[in-house]
Amino acid sequence: MLTVLTITICVGVLVGSLLAIVLDSLTSAVVSAGLASLFASVLYVLLSAPDVAMTEAAIGSGLTTMIFLYTIKKTQGVKKEVLK
Amino acid sequence: MGLYLNQYPLASIVLITGFMMILIGLWGMLTKTNIIKIIISITVVETGVNVILVSIGYIQGRTAPILDTAVLQIDALSRVVDPIPSALVLTSIVIGLGTTALMLSYVIKMYRVRQSLNIEDFGVLKW
Amino acid sequence: MIKRFFIALSLIILAGTFAKVVYNFVPNTELTNVAKHYVQHGTQELGATNLVTAVVVTYRGLDTLGEVVVLFISAAGVGLLLRRRKNDLVTKEEKRTEPSFLVQSVAEILVPLIFMLGAYIFLNGHLTPGGGFQGGAVIASGTMLLFLAAPYKHLNHGVLTALESISGFAYVLIGILGVTLLGAGHFIDNRFLPLGELGTLLSAGAIPIIYIIIGLKVGTELSVVLEDMREE
Repeated sequence: MLTVLTITICVGVLVGSLLAIVLDSLTSAVVSAGLASLFASVLYVLLSAPDVAMTEAAIGSGLTTMIFLYTIKKTQGVKKEVLK
Repeated sequence: MGLYLNQYPLASIVLITGFMMILIGLWGMLTKTNIIKIIISITVVETGVNVILVSIGYIQGRTAPILDTAVLQIDALSRVVDPIPSALVLTSIVIGLGTTALMLSYVIKMYRVRQSLNIEDFGVLKW
Repeated sequence: MIKRFFIALSLIILAGTFAKVVYNFVPNTELTNVAKHYVQHGTQELGATNLVTAVVVTYRGLDTLGEVVVLFISAAGVGLLLRRRKNDLVTKEEKRTEPSFLVQSVAEILVPLIFMLGAYIFLNGHLTPGGGFQGGAVIASGTMLLFLAAPYKHLNHGVLTALESISGFAYVLIGILGVTLLGAGHFIDNRFLPLGELGTLLSAGAIPIIYIIIGLKVGTELSVVLEDMREE
């Protein structure tokens, strides 16, 4: 039973990371990477490492996604004068 | 099928997943030209490495290294998993956020100069 | 075309190497020798029930200090790269969209609770899963919700920087106290305070204090990074 659960979550991680590379839209790619991270944190719980799971859930899928989204928002502004 | 699956240890399955994540991330790093996409690939590689480290420390059928019951304290050696990989991965995840933030702020800076996210446009140091 | 060929070739070679590693991998059936010592004597020596905490704070305390330094340097780098100059005329007036009423009112209720959860996580780091880094990250998530609810308000940088510097200084100071107060102490030794009763909140010597400091430092640092990335 645990094995089946682990394999399901592993497939989730792999699908999330593949989508993060394949998808053309940057926002969707970032959210998929966050999804892969969230699945990875469930994987850490299954591997009896709850400390790591908490860190990954808060940092890997929360804060990292957020700073990526801020960057995407900032790099799509209106064209201003190119410095050089 | 269910019985047959139980022959594979959990750690091996997760180890294979981690290696596949590293390969996926490297493929993205080498083929994509958008800088943000490359950084996303780097985070995928990072997660893969962390997954591998945790899976190396896992021992089949054991519980987390938190000795809060008397049974666990008496028989700790045969009941808990290795705490060292967990501690290392904890460090690695937090530092990963720091380096990602630094890379992304470089991206913002580069975008302000060239108005582009394509890595082919930054060929100043190319030879 | 030739580039794609080389990419495929290198990935295939790497995949072959990984396949060999996986093929020869034998899962552990018992702990390594170092881990054996930590598991067997960790609880008696340091008084912490969570062995990961014991490893992170005391046995590998120097690594953690290095980690905090790396985090500080990267936060400083982000601040340096994204600082705003006075003649930087990028303050274009966009039309301001206020967040919805729902986000604003829920944030008012949830942000204090999230901060409290973060404090709970790093106070109980030696008893339950969690600790300074997790608690700090939870506090930074609370700050994130605050930013979503009030996009045009700014944090007080001075207070955050002061808190961060004081906690960084206090961490090193406690590390030195471990050397001086104990006869044969080591750097970042938690045993200069009484170990107390195993499993209670006030136990494990200086581990709760060190984790409070780390939690405050990580929380403020990540909040400052978020603020820097957000501002423009």
